Amino acid sequence: MSPEKMVTMANQIATFFKTQPGDDQLDRFAAHINDFWEPRMRRQLLDHIAAGGAGLEPLVIEAAGRISEPVE
Amino acid sequence: MKDFIIPWNDADMGTPAKTGAPVTLTIDGAAVTVPEGTSVMRAAYEAGITVPKLCATDSVEAFGSCRLCVVEIEGRRGTPASCTTPVAEGMVVHTQSSKVQKIRKGVMELYISDHPLDCLTCSANGDCELQDMAGAVGLRDVRYEPGDNHFDPTGTGALSMADAKRREGDGNFRYIPKDESNPYFTYDPAKCIVCSRCVRACEEVQGTFALTIEGRGFDSRVSAGGAMDDFLSSDCVSCGACVQACPTATLQEKSVAELGTPTRSVVTTCAYCGVGCSFKAELNGDQLVRMVPYKNGKANRGHSCVKGRFAYGYTEHKDRILSPMIRESIDEPWQEVSWEEAIGFAAKRLKSLQKTYGRRSVGVITSSRCTNEETYLVQKLARGVFMNNNTDTCARVCHSPTGYGLGQTFGTSAGTQDFDSVEHTDVVIVIGANPTDGHPVFASRLKKRLRQGAKLIVIDPRRIDLVKSAHIKAAHHLPLRPGTNVAVVTALAHVIVTEGLMDEAFIRERCDWNEFLEYAEFVSAERHSPEATEMLTGVPAETLREAARTFARGGNGAIYYGLGVTEHSQGSTTVMGIANLAMLTGNIGRPGVGVNPLRGQNNVQGSCDMGSFPHELPGYRHVKLPEVRETFEAAWGVTIDPEPGLRIPNMLDAAVDGTFKGLYCQGEDILQSDPDTKHVAAGLAAMECVIVHDLFLNETANYAHVFLPGSSFLEKDGTFTNAERRINMVRRVMAPKAGYADWEVTQLLAQAMGADWDYAHPREIMAEIASTTPSFAGVTYERINELGSIQWPCNDSAPEGTPLMHVGGFVRGKGRLMVTEYVATDEKTGPRFPLLLTTGRILSQYNVGAQTRRTANSTWHEEDVLEIHPHDAEVRGVKEGDFVKLASRSGETTLRATLTDRVSTGVVYTTFHHPDTQANVITTDFSDWATNCPEYKVTAVQVSPSNGPTDWQERYNEQAEQSRRILPAAE
Repeated sequence: MSPEKMVTMANQIATFFKTQPGDDQLDRFAAHINDFWEPRMRRQLLDHIAAGGAGLEPLVIEAAGRISEPVE
Repeated sequence: MKDFIIPWNDADMGTPAKTGAPVTLTIDGAAVTVPEGTSVMRAAYEAGITVPKLCATDSVEAFGSCRLCVVEIEGRRGTPASCTTPVAEGMVVHTQSSKVQKIRKGVMELYISDHPLDCLTCSANGDCELQDMAGAVGLRDVRYEPGDNHFDPTGTGALSMADAKRREGDGNFRYIPKDESNPYFTYDPAKCIVCSRCVRACEEVQGTFALTIEGRGFDSRVSAGGAMDDFLSSDCVSCGACVQACPTATLQEKSVAELGTPTRSVVTTCAYCGVGCSFKAELNGDQLVRMVPYKNGKANRGHSCVKGRFAYGYTEHKDRILSPMIRESIDEPWQEVSWEEAIGFAAKRLKSLQKTYGRRSVGVITSSRCTNEETYLVQKLARGVFMNNNTDTCARVCHSPTGYGLGQTFGTSAGTQDFDSVEHTDVVIVIGANPTDGHPVFASRLKKRLRQGAKLIVIDPRRIDLVKSAHIKAAHHLPLRPGTNVAVVTALAHVIVTEGLMDEAFIRERCDWNEFLEYAEFVSAERHSPEATEMLTGVPAETLREAARTFARGGNGAIYYGLGVTEHSQGSTTVMGIANLAMLTGNIGRPGVGVNPLRGQNNVQGSCDMGSFPHELPGYRHVKLPEVRETFEAAWGVTIDPEPGLRIPNMLDAAVDGTFKGLYCQGEDILQSDPDTKHVAAGLAAMECVIVHDLFLNETANYAHVFLPGSSFLEKDGTFTNAERRINMVRRVMAPKAGYADWEVTQLLAQAMGADWDYAHPREIMAEIASTTPSFAGVTYERINELGSIQWPCNDSAPEGTPLMHVGGFVRGKGRLMVTEYVATDEKTGPRFPLLLTTGRILSQYNVGAQTRRTANSTWHEEDVLEIHPHDAEVRGVKEGDFVKLASRSGETTLRATLTDRVSTGVVYTTFHHPDTQANVITTDFSDWATNCPEYKVTAVQVSPSNGPTDWQERYNEQAEQSRRILPAAE
């Protein structure tokens, strides 16, 4: 998918979890990505983060380590 | 032929059932005990005695006008009508005596004196209560001379229409010719006995009030609408309730007139909306004569709408494709081939794609119109044969946020109530739903409750019919700006919490108190107050406050919602907000309350239950869970991919990227129904094997390489699950026209790809579902037949199913109040696109219209039109009926405009039933944050005058025409 679309989608999810109370927003964001994003989408996101993560919410970049590496 | 008749009793018992303390009486020497308030007529029926009747029928309250049901009661004077006389303890009733027999005979003689004697050629012959009653009371002669009457057009004293045809006379001003304006039924005033059953059915059952009795005494006539109206131009919604109630041929299905009275019937389930009405398919041989709503159907209780009742003609339509077809590429014409060749071609291509592009390069879309068993097999094809989780269903684009939102808050992805629950509701919120068009039979049940005094709050940008129509009026209408649902719902919660209207005892007992405190702090913030959100939402603060108070203080509160909630960037958040409202006010876990998603298609609930989503195995269990995978791995003998698969929009993105190459799409038309048509078309065009399995060459088939003919709901066995979680039986009434039921076709494809599937009947598939899915553990075909239907969960602790969920405790344990911060959608109006487009449905058409457009339902809705406020129209120079161009950043299309103040200024509205309109060329790729459910309900657009179709529409039609060419079969 286009990088803009992926960034929008990731940011939308981050925006929701950012508003949630507690101190586990990073975990909940990453869990959502792990639960619903197909491996090639996660690959694209992780690659985008590795390339600097242009346009992504800070929460997305911060949660990168918690996003599972796609399993082939 | 095998006999499918279900011997359940659905006889007319004369008057409606009552609930009350038991009362015992004696009728014709037999003791009978019935609930207090029951009529003597119904009590007699319970005792096995049929009292003659004409104006009574058990779908409406007794009226007492025909005097045919008179009886004698010991100790009472005269001969009371048994239909209007309630039972009393110790009452002794005689239904037959020389006195009542004489009265009845006299009544019948009078009726027959103004009725044509055309019984042998009458369309109701054999199905006429007047005829039956004449026999039952022993009428053997009519002594009245020909005189003033309503049936003889010549005025010459003809006794029958047949006789009148051969006479000439001065005419008869009382004679009114037959009204044939409705495409499905006729009104023949000559045969009317003015029993008022039709008028009462229209009022009490349907709630439309289109019919009335005009005139008095001998001048009384049934009349639809005003003086100049016929049935078609009146308010009549063609639900069929009047036809059902009519005891004679006065209101008669045209199909019965044409095909004769049906001789057998099969109880089955409607294949239109998520209400899931039960019908009797009435047939002669394997020819369907009519569909009649089934009285014992627990979703519809004997009612129907114009779609289920009449719009079944598509199953016989000439456009149906009955031969499998293939082609090398989509610019070639189709070639008709054998099933074997088509399946072989498809299997070979899919296997080769997987070999070249990898295991995850192909996937499936299951159909929310097919049965549970068929859906189960299609997702099993992805998981157990393709060996990936690339399965999705049209629920992605409608109710996926319901699954996510209710799962998070309550712990189950389904509505909490049954439809009967509405009979106990005191205050109803309808948000983002238009039940009178989308879910008409539920709407009728809701309107009945509203007429009894329940209050209604409508939250919708449009003034939908429920806001104000005959004998109902919403207490509050919150006409919010599209895209601001979360702000409105959170503001309602703000009022409830800050004004102390919440049910604290309920929250303490049933929810997590600490989570509530966090939530209360969030929601009490000033930014959520109605005053603060008014500028944003357009809803006056005071109206919103009053609505919140009405809901919180009004007794049993129920929330019904539809796609106006889910199809937004914050669809899932709104669903959570709705769940919050129910929890805050303690409206969960008993009759009359709850959170009730109104499902779009007949089996959306079922397709979600059956594991159609790419992250979930059947029963809403994530594929990452090893114990869940183990269950299915043991049953299927395969290893299941633990990674979630692609959702529909992701499949299309991946296709454009070149990593997704093959799709098996059963019973869904993604090119027409999914947003951003150009993107969908690009995705489909990039695939190398698109298999469309459908009744018709739908729009998606323009990009298909294999077409597999589908079977209609009349041609197969299986089950549908409606919005109440009710598993209803679908019964085969005729053989599949193309040779195979859809589940058999999926099985053939699986076998061709090497699977060892061997199902002989859908019953065996259900057995596999029950053995692997805890919420279906107790479901078998035998059990469904025995109980009529079952609401899941059905297992050892709920062997007869579960009408109400979360009684005594939430499925997830404690109910979870979720923080719902409003985030404006990125889809914003601006100078180029200053208006907001929102989309919806109309009563007579269904979804993309593939079915209803191929019936006479198009009489009511030939094309999609754009509703625009007169002010917005005026500044653009748009007049009623003008062609206008509708443009968004995604694309543009043209359609006709209609000027109405049902929409506010700044908002325009259309439907998406017709492929010519291509409303989805306009909609964008924005979607719900959690589920990717597209944001159909908010698109920034501009409207301008236009001369005709856009270039895109013309190119599209040209491509479609090219693509639909079929070569004659090889000799």
